[in-house]
Amino acid sequence: MKLLTHNMLMSHVKGVTKGYPLLIKATEVKVNEVEFNPQFVSRMIPKVEWSALVKAAEELGHRQDLPAELLADYEKNEEFLKKVHKVLLEVEVIEGCLQCPESGREFPITKGIPNMLLNEDEV
Amino acid sequence: MATLSKRSCLKFLLHLAQDNLDFRLPEIKALLAVRGKPFHPDENFKEKSPFWCLDGLCEDDVRAIMARSVCAKSAFELWGHGETHSDLQTSLLNYPLENMSPFMHKDSTYRINVYTFNKTLEFTDRIKRIDALEYLPFEGTVSLKRAQHIFCLLEDYGTDPNNIPDNPYYVYFGRWIADGQRELIRSHSVKNRHFIGNTSMDAGLSFIMANHAKVKENDVVFDPFVGTGSLLVACSHFGAYVCGIDIDYNTIHGRGRSSRKNQKWRGPDENIRANLRQYGTEKMYLDVMVSDASKSVWRNAALFDAIITDPPYGIRESTRRTGSHKDIPRPPDAIYLESHVPVSLAYHLNDIFTDLLNFSAHHLVMGGRLVYWLPVYRPEYSEEMVPLHPCLQLVSNCEQTLSSHTARRLITMEKIKEPQPGLQLQRDNDYTESDDLIVEEIPSGQVNQILAEFISRDASTLIHQSTRLYQGPHQLCACYHSSPHTHTVLHTYSVKKQMLSVHFVTLFVPFIFERTENITSYCEMSCLPVWRGCGCNV
Repeated sequence: MKLLTHNMLMSHVKGVTKGYPLLIKATEVKVNEVEFNPQFVSRMIPKVEWSALVKAAEELGHRQDLPAELLADYEKNEEFLKKVHKVLLEVEVIEGCLQCPESGREFPITKGIPNMLLNEDEV
Repeated sequence: MATLSKRSCLKFLLHLAQDNLDFRLPEIKALLAVRGKPFHPDENFKEKSPFWCLDGLCEDDVRAIMARSVCAKSAFELWGHGETHSDLQTSLLNYPLENMSPFMHKDSTYRINVYTFNKTLEFTDRIKRIDALEYLPFEGTVSLKRAQHIFCLLEDYGTDPNNIPDNPYYVYFGRWIADGQRELIRSHSVKNRHFIGNTSMDAGLSFIMANHAKVKENDVVFDPFVGTGSLLVACSHFGAYVCGIDIDYNTIHGRGRSSRKNQKWRGPDENIRANLRQYGTEKMYLDVMVSDASKSVWRNAALFDAIITDPPYGIRESTRRTGSHKDIPRPPDAIYLESHVPVSLAYHLNDIFTDLLNFSAHHLVMGGRLVYWLPVYRPEYSEEMVPLHPCLQLVSNCEQTLSSHTARRLITMEKIKEPQPGLQLQRDNDYTESDDLIVEEIPSGQVNQILAEFISRDASTLIHQSTRLYQGPHQLCACYHSSPHTHTVLHTYSVKKQMLSVHFVTLFVPFIFERTENITSYCEMSCLPVWRGCGCNV
């Protein structure tokens, strides 16, 4: 699971109102090389919840000094874009789980694929 | 400068393939919309013809369309046209010389092709046609192998293969600009793909869908019923980053029974990511997840540039959603023991589309498109059955016929308005006294009698027949059985209701005189018999 995806996910456990962001508990993390596309990264930056992204990167030990607040004028800052690229697309959680911050319910991640299905009694 | 502005008033000729006829116009229009250009055909425009003449475009527009279109075979800068060769000559002699001369230069090389639609021409006749064009002021030299400029004489002999005229109805002459992307149909054929399923979308249609959705480079595309990822393969080819979900754990993980004839189980590298890797677009892979499309896991924001999907119709793959019900039989496939897969419940067809439209209204960017297949029962279909949403505008609706009674329609919608907070289309609750799937057991002694009743019926009465087998109108299940002794038997039972009356026909082929001893078990979904040697995949 990539952090770009994680940034868009929310807990859908019944009754939960503060289900974002999901906590990440990773037991296996990989960093894969993915071709750097500055236009795509620039496009994604305004879409992501920046503080949630930084928090997730921190949880995985890959924050690489990303600032707590978004830099102004980031489109031209290639070094910054490369760091964001790594965090959004190259860092992947292979095994672990996502946890709802309010209910504690865990969603397992196996072979890089999260299983978000709820059980019959949780729906 | 005068030359430039004149050249921007050029006419272009598109030569289109004669398949998926209904899908061509929305594809070309969508690709033009990406360029901000309108579709402006000339006064002789006939949608079903393989030849379309367009105004108001420049060469770059045409190249951009041909770099994406799977419906268009080639594009030409149109220099002349007419009903006869003599009219063509007049037309060509009237064509401004300054438009021709950049391509007639004495140091350049050229060749002329002759293309005849709906007729085969002898080689000598082709040569005669080319020689007849000697009035054109070509100054360069002919080079058959490496021509810098290629020209084409195109003749239209109509669309009736049983009635080919001696002379063409229409002729065109133009300078070849580019070919379309029909090669993708072969290069991305599902036959050669690593990972396929029963419902993998064929390559041509998946690229057409990506075009209808105006997928662009650096877009984020989502498929909520992703299956084996065929639609993601097409979108990634056009430069989009792709993600998807599916409720089926095994398909997402690439496990379980193979869909290939001579293969029993899937291999270790059969999954969606591997498909993208096969075509060199793994870098566009975002994620896939096991998730239920009826229970959104996404935060409330405009996340996706396009949502492209082929929802289950209940024909080849059963429709399911998570939910509580005590008596639902558990699917027999017990491979996924290590990850609990909740009990499946019939997902009423209406709800799939209500949920899909609501989801799209909330999660598409403004101007983003939803493209999906809607199954229809042709004898009762009407346009009101296409689901609507106040925030989505219907752009196109193209039918692909599957049988005399069934078809599916490719629906394209574009988001034009943000939803008001709390706005959700209501699910149609009219028919659900409860959400239970009610299935009546057929005692084995009655099976042959019921089958015998089916044999002499035609398709339309089978639907009424089926409601007698089950209690109430709730059932939605699909079974695909094939008997080694007869033909493939496809039967579905559908909910007949309200705005989305979708009926599927039970296509029982006569001869279903199966002997009772060949019945090995009963399908858990439909409770119909499963025969020895049956290819049932439920």
